[in-house]
Amino acid sequence: MTNTLEIDGLRLHLPGAARPVLAGIDLTVGARETVALVGESGSGKSLTSRSVLRLLPPGATTEGRVAVQGQDVLTMDAKQLRQLRTHTAAMIFQDPRAAINPLRRIGDFLTESLRLNADTPAQQADERAVRMLDAVGLGERVLRQYPGQLSGGMLQRVMIASALMGDPALILADEPTTALDVTTQAEVVGLLDDLRERFGTGLLFVTHDLGLAAAISDRVYVMYAGRIAETGPAEALFDRPRHPYTAALLRSTPRLDAPQGRLAAIKGQPPSLKEELTGCPFAARCPFATQACAEELPPHRPVPGEPDRLVACHHSDQLADQLAGSAAHD
Amino acid sequence: MTFLRFTLRRLAEMAATLLAASFLIFGAMYLAPGNPASFLLSGRSASPEALKAINDQYHLNDPFWEQYLRWLGQVLHGDFGRSIEYRTPVNTLLAARLPSTLLLVAMALVLVVVLGLALGWIGAVRGGATDSTILVGTTFAVGTPSFVAAVLLQGLFSVKLGWFPSSGSGAGLGSMLWHLTLPALALALYLIGMLARVTRSAMLEVMGHEHVTVTRSRGVPERAVIRRHVFRNTLGTVLTMGGLIVSTLLICTVLVETAFSVNGIGQLLDLSTTTKDFPVVQAISLIIVGIFMLVNFVVDLLLPLVDPRVSLGTRGASA
Amino acid sequence: MTTALVRRPGLARVRTNRPLLYLLCLGFLGVVVLLALLAPWLSPHDPNAVDLGNALAGPSAAHPLGADGSGRDTASRLITGARTSLLGPLGVVAFSTVAGVVVGVAAGWRGGWLDSVLSRTTELVFAFPGLLLAILIVSIYGEGLIAPVVALGVAYLPYVSRLTRSLVLAERERPYVEAYQVQGHSAVQICLRHVLPNIAPVVLAQSTINFGYALIDLAGLSFLGLGVPALTPDWGRMVFDGESAIQAGYPLSAILPCVAIVLTVVAFNVVGERWADQVARRDR
Repeated sequence: MTNTLEIDGLRLHLPGAARPVLAGIDLTVGARETVALVGESGSGKSLTSRSVLRLLPPGATTEGRVAVQGQDVLTMDAKQLRQLRTHTAAMIFQDPRAAINPLRRIGDFLTESLRLNADTPAQQADERAVRMLDAVGLGERVLRQYPGQLSGGMLQRVMIASALMGDPALILADEPTTALDVTTQAEVVGLLDDLRERFGTGLLFVTHDLGLAAAISDRVYVMYAGRIAETGPAEALFDRPRHPYTAALLRSTPRLDAPQGRLAAIKGQPPSLKEELTGCPFAARCPFATQACAEELPPHRPVPGEPDRLVACHHSDQLADQLAGSAAHD
Repeated sequence: MTFLRFTLRRLAEMAATLLAASFLIFGAMYLAPGNPASFLLSGRSASPEALKAINDQYHLNDPFWEQYLRWLGQVLHGDFGRSIEYRTPVNTLLAARLPSTLLLVAMALVLVVVLGLALGWIGAVRGGATDSTILVGTTFAVGTPSFVAAVLLQGLFSVKLGWFPSSGSGAGLGSMLWHLTLPALALALYLIGMLARVTRSAMLEVMGHEHVTVTRSRGVPERAVIRRHVFRNTLGTVLTMGGLIVSTLLICTVLVETAFSVNGIGQLLDLSTTTKDFPVVQAISLIIVGIFMLVNFVVDLLLPLVDPRVSLGTRGASA
Repeated sequence: MTTALVRRPGLARVRTNRPLLYLLCLGFLGVVVLLALLAPWLSPHDPNAVDLGNALAGPSAAHPLGADGSGRDTASRLITGARTSLLGPLGVVAFSTVAGVVVGVAAGWRGGWLDSVLSRTTELVFAFPGLLLAILIVSIYGEGLIAPVVALGVAYLPYVSRLTRSLVLAERERPYVEAYQVQGHSAVQICLRHVLPNIAPVVLAQSTINFGYALIDLAGLSFLGLGVPALTPDWGRMVFDGESAIQAGYPLSAILPCVAIVLTVVAFNVVGERWADQVARRDR
């Protein structure tokens, strides 16, 4: 069975950057699977998810393959691309207030991609819009309202409904809760999970929030400076991180179930796009870094005894106990 | 604010501003050097009887306030008094010259809206060399006064090439359209450039907004993205320029009608200024100011229809 | 976010071209100002010397740019005309800038009734296009340079005062103002020594653009015969005089002042907009 999303060796260059913004991403989302993509801002996680819809910044050049339902997105013609964006994959954006044209009615927003691609009659599109609004818990009258008349949480529900309009196989959620207040966040995440179940879509959930990633996802990718640092099943990865960066991220995230300790910020800044990188991108901030880390790029290696985990760290095996311990108790 | 209340408030404001403007326009004459009668005669010698007749006819011996209120009362009844130069009612003069000016301004307005929006749109969407060319072209358009455009167009298209008549306004609609093509172009040129630049930069700004990216991400065809989201969202900005565009067109008819000898209200304003025919100057000034305010009022009423975020009476926000 | 990277491909090219265009315009303005200043020494002929035998003559050794319908030397009239054509707008801009800044600072800093009175007045003046106000004044006081300059100065004042007011309002919110107030500096002191220098670049950019518009309006008045006295050489007047030359099929004496007007206005616009751009980028 083909995966819903398959990214192989995706590299992305931007004009003016000294190194690729994405340096060889491998990522898969299976059918009906929820996958979290975690990283700091600037790590390239948004760019990765946007490249699935080929929403690339001007001047960007790509290598590799991004396949949705087996079809390579990066080589599609305009018509296929519209078809993909309308019916196969849909994205939910961070700030619904900015993502929906304030001058058009919600009904227009929901139905326009179906109507304007001339494959769905207006009435049919309207009917689907009502059903999708119902699925996200909003009434029909929202159709005639303007975005300015709805709250942020309601707007994000509209956004989710719009993502479901074309009956997609894959939903990309780019920090869908960051712009919302805390109580709405939980609602939106819960709703997203329900709907994924109900409509049978795959979900790629992009977030900087490890807690959220752990709560919603089957598998997790941790990204750093345009590369995947570590990947594996959510539970195993958070219990026994094998990459120093994952461990550091975990320590900087507040957790309810752990004894209270001090939250540790990660020292230093992610590497700038203006400088080239040799060796491990995290070396400069890593407390365990050695000479080898600065000189040689660590390859992705399977974790012994855990076949579905990969980690890109020279010292991962030696550090295993130390990292697991520090993540849990520091 | 309800529609009715807003309309009433704005109408009251307009009336106040117009009243102040009328006071300025009328009062200015009073500040003129020399006594009003000799001013009205503007240097022509007159017998004592004639002087007395003028004093009586124009009530020049009455106090200022009485004169102003009498004039204002007349104006409110649609009567702008009598021309000194032509010795006929100002209304008759204006009515005779209205058709050519109205047609001229209407033609220019169509040119401004159609070409201004189209050039701005093309520049913003195409980018590259097309955009640079339009940018340079509009820079020169904005730097070209209407009378310069008039003289140059006249020299090229009527004298050199003989395609269009070089003066007059013609009789009958077809002939008038024919005669007024070059004047309308000269009148419109500056505003075409300005509107194109405003449209272009407003569209570029909207293109940077997240919702445009989102619309693309949903498979909406690019043309529809530009039309329904980018251009649509600049309409508010364009609409707020309505008052400025119309009043600039109106006042620049003075220059263009003079250059092309068009028998219109603008030419009348020039002639009346030279001959110090003050009632005519007053009337035309007041009409131009009034139309400017009227257009702005209409714009204020239309703005909430174009941009649901603008509630009545709060101008400004647009994206 | 990635949206910050969105930039039109065309824009980058125009931007890199801009400094060249800007320098060209600045240089052109320098030349025009120099010509105006040195006009009496640079003019090859008396700009008003009529020589009907030479009417509508083409370029020659004696008259490098030809002569107009009355046989007056076009080059000399252009050079001398630069004086009135620049002096008028200079007066307009000086008046509107000084008065506009005073009004704007007063309205922005004091606020309250003063602000509302001033903004009402501003609205009233906005209803009068500059050219209309000038024509109105000329119809009373007769032709000449002073009356239209004052009229346009008044007409342009609101553009400066409104800009100044909004700048002052923004400036007043900045922490340093309160710091000085706490230290006992008077409002006038703070305005003069700190607020004004901070807002000056923006206002100057606006005034530079206004210069071009004032030139257009004053040249228009001269074209109507309402501006400078008939004998004074002036670009707008030259366009008017040249109209009959065009009808006669000798357009040179009309085209040259047209070109002079357009290039000067464009140069002022480009320079002013460049300054406004720079200020905007500095603030960001």
